[in-house]
Amino acid sequence: MRLRTTLAASAAALTLGTGAAWADPVTVGLITTLSGGGAGIGTDIRDGFQLALTMAGGDAIHLVVEDDGQRPEQAVQIADRMIQSERADILTGIIFSNLAMAVVPSVVAQDVFYVSPNAGPSPLAGAGCNPLYFNAAWQNDMLHEASGAYAGANGMVNTFILAPNYPAGTDALTGFKRRYTGTVAGEIYTQLGQTDYAAEIAQIRASGADSVFIFLPGGMGISFMRQYAQSGVDIPVISTAFTVGQDNLPAMGDAALNVINSGQWAPDTDNDANRAFVTAFRAAYGRTPSIYASQSYDTANLILSAIAAADVEDRDAFRAALRAADFTSVRGDFAFGNNQHPIQDVYMRQVVMADGEITNRTLGLAIEDYQDVFAAQCTME
Amino acid sequence: MPVTLALIFEQMLNGVQFGLMLFLMSAGLTLVFGVMGLINLAHGSLYMLGAFFCAAGAAATGNFWLGLVAGTAAAAAAGALIEVSVIRRLYTRDHLDQVLATFALILILSEGTKMVFGPFPLYLNVPPILSGTVDLGLTPYSVYRLALIGFGLAVALGLWLLIGKTRLGIRIRAGENDREMIAALGVNIRALYTLVFALGAALAGLAGALVGAVQSVQVGMGEPVLILAFVVIVIGGIGSIKGAMVGALIVGVIDTMGRFLLPRIFATFMEASDASGLGAALASMLIYVVMALVLILRPKGLFPAHA
Amino acid sequence: MRDTHKETVVNLALGLGLLLVPLWALWADQPFTITLATRIAILALAGVGLNLILGFGGMVSFGHAVFFGVGGYVAGILSQHATSGVPVLGLPGSNQMLVIWPVAMLVAGLLAAAIGALSLRTEGIFFIMITLAFAQMVYYFAISWPAYGGEDGLPLVLRNRFPGLNTMRPWHLFLVAWGVLMVVLGAMAALRASRFGAALMAIRQNPERAAAVGINPYGVKLVAFVISGMVTGLAGALMADLSRFASPAMMAWTMSGELIVIIILGGTGRLFGPLAGAAILVGFEVTFGGMTEHWKLWLGLVLLAVVLFARGGLIGALAGRARHG
Repeated sequence: MRLRTTLAASAAALTLGTGAAWADPVTVGLITTLSGGGAGIGTDIRDGFQLALTMAGGDAIHLVVEDDGQRPEQAVQIADRMIQSERADILTGIIFSNLAMAVVPSVVAQDVFYVSPNAGPSPLAGAGCNPLYFNAAWQNDMLHEASGAYAGANGMVNTFILAPNYPAGTDALTGFKRRYTGTVAGEIYTQLGQTDYAAEIAQIRASGADSVFIFLPGGMGISFMRQYAQSGVDIPVISTAFTVGQDNLPAMGDAALNVINSGQWAPDTDNDANRAFVTAFRAAYGRTPSIYASQSYDTANLILSAIAAADVEDRDAFRAALRAADFTSVRGDFAFGNNQHPIQDVYMRQVVMADGEITNRTLGLAIEDYQDVFAAQCTME
Repeated sequence: MPVTLALIFEQMLNGVQFGLMLFLMSAGLTLVFGVMGLINLAHGSLYMLGAFFCAAGAAATGNFWLGLVAGTAAAAAAGALIEVSVIRRLYTRDHLDQVLATFALILILSEGTKMVFGPFPLYLNVPPILSGTVDLGLTPYSVYRLALIGFGLAVALGLWLLIGKTRLGIRIRAGENDREMIAALGVNIRALYTLVFALGAALAGLAGALVGAVQSVQVGMGEPVLILAFVVIVIGGIGSIKGAMVGALIVGVIDTMGRFLLPRIFATFMEASDASGLGAALASMLIYVVMALVLILRPKGLFPAHA
Repeated sequence: MRDTHKETVVNLALGLGLLLVPLWALWADQPFTITLATRIAILALAGVGLNLILGFGGMVSFGHAVFFGVGGYVAGILSQHATSGVPVLGLPGSNQMLVIWPVAMLVAGLLAAAIGALSLRTEGIFFIMITLAFAQMVYYFAISWPAYGGEDGLPLVLRNRFPGLNTMRPWHLFLVAWGVLMVVLGAMAALRASRFGAALMAIRQNPERAAAVGINPYGVKLVAFVISGMVTGLAGALMADLSRFASPAMMAWTMSGELIVIIILGGTGRLFGPLAGAAILVGFEVTFGGMTEHWKLWLGLVLLAVVLFARGGLIGALAGRARHG
């Protein structure tokens, strides 16, 4: 009665086997948002993970997927069920930081691993770090710092900054300002879920800024960019993959063209693993993967690499195997810091029209071997 | 940055435009409540359907206007279908049952839309003649937003003519006042109710399609607007189109000006980022505060339809 | 009188059932089932609060989740201050449930008094909307206020303590929740049978007549509103302990909708209605959620069917119409 994805059947054609193929499959619970406004990202997370399992073949992982409906209560309940009834040893999948903040402490308290394919709230990277909690994506501030660094170094001296009024939004503007060397022409906190940005765009117009930095994930970003394109305000926009990633670009259309944004990966990231990933994803799902799909794909491969090296029942050994990060990431170099968050290169990308599709093209390196500022507050070594 | 006349003018226009789109949503809602006494939480889903079908229609034909027609027609058809199958059974039930049934409809329509159109937001763009800006002397302004103001006023005029000058309008107004009487006078109540519901749905769908071109066409886009529309009709008075217009303009202007001015007011005696956060928090609470105040002073809204 | 007996039997079955199922789960080593039962008990408690004014008193509040959330935050804030040692508003924090519950009920009650005093001047759809408006105000405030986590919410590192029990163990926490629920249900039964209950019912049926015999509709309704807010607030404090966090989502209008759904599914106005409704709703979520990603569609269809065809909810179906009242 569960939504199971038993890979043995589907991977029959690609049986490569893994090192521990004779052991029982490890149950991995993937809790993500598959309904409501965030369903697009959740679908990418699920599809990225499943693609990795299909391509690896074998049945090392028994995957259970469920929808959290973007409700913290629901996510906690599902996590409990996966641990207590399904006996999952590893949980993953959560997109939103507020759900992660509710679920992760509860999961690690039950001696179960959590590997995040997306949400990277700062408390869990700093004082709240935990040996059982890994983040395979980023710490939330990373992309904002990269954009801030780039803006300051590339002629933007008077930036107007904008984000929604919730912890991720305040973190975004704090992160941007941390590495930005110019002046802030104006700083606005919008309402979470706001759809009409006319008031804010009017203020941008009046501010005399030479650039605009926005953090507006999901539908908020789509609304803003469309309205911005209609407003006649011509100031260049700089942002992050949260706002102008592949999940949002098709809906934004031309309105997003030329926006420079930061991300540790783009569909054109130049390595063999990524080329294979993007080709396979397009073939399997009929669309170009987003950064979320790439993170989830990496999460799956990270977990598979650990399963091949250690027994999940031996928490210490498995933890060491995860920390070793002995897998090929589609973003290039990948290593964990002391707080088990990634140390990785961050790039700037630009939104372009390529082969009739609107997508991101890598411009260049923004920060090399970025490590988040909260690692110092984590007492793990 | 300083508050200039140009900025205030632009924000006032923004507030009016936001208010007029809210009016489209609220007019349908207040009609349905006024004539049939029905609380319809699924009104936001009809708004969403209008946007989705407009996007699909525009993508299929390459023409925004055809998409607009498709969106409005689809919403009206969905409205009629829902009325005949579900809503019709709820007229005699109390508000609680209506709330639950239409809440269930939200779940069904949201998930159904996702099953048909997929989980990602859809692309819908402003038609070329309405894109770009026009110089209004004090400030440049988006042509599309002006067009939205125009659409809103046109619909308002159309509704006024419909309600005030046609036989259908007379029946609607009579129905608001005394349902049993107009049945006794031989008006086909069932057809009238279906028609009113479909009209309300069409207005919601039209609003969704128009607004969808400059916002995100995604599942769940209707619920926030639904709540605002309820605020509007409560402020304006149930069953009153005039009330819906006044209420919508009040909500639109206050919300826009609040988001614009409150952080600045706080910044005069507080540090910039604290002021911004506190101002934003209060701005989001502001219309509810206004609604509560109106209800305390006028428990039935500004223009109650019944004497 | 036969219908009353039927309802009593159904109530006993529900109350005992809610105890026996987790007891079995304890024996069968299924801790998740115990957690589910605890969740059902707490949601039922929240619904019992709302049922007093909505089912019994006829006032449809669409903002009751605000009390649920406030209760949760009180538990979270007191717990956090107990851990950190910093006093809140001059008083020390606490992580004892027996201290937290009265505080949660007091705060929720004060808020209910304020909201009720203003809202009860309206009725019908206006009452529905103004209660929603107040809930939204507090909700947006909670999201924006960074001191206690804003939208991320407030984690409770350890569950609050109850003397003699280890609340970290699912079975013990369940006993606490079930015990509280039964005590409150008993109090509610007594309240309904009392003169106050009779006055409330009279007001629901015919306010003018009630006023004519000397009952003050506004006063009685306000007291009922405050009691109802306090009970729902208590449920919120318990929920914060169960989930080990409190968040603004507890106050969202969708949560208010969920409380109304629970009441209607179980049987509006019936004493044990919220218990039946909570069990049904949670059961559906878990069953459908595990089966398909389109579970919300099925949930919507079932709810619709219940409203259209099973008018008295579960208890109505099992025990017939309510005793006249």
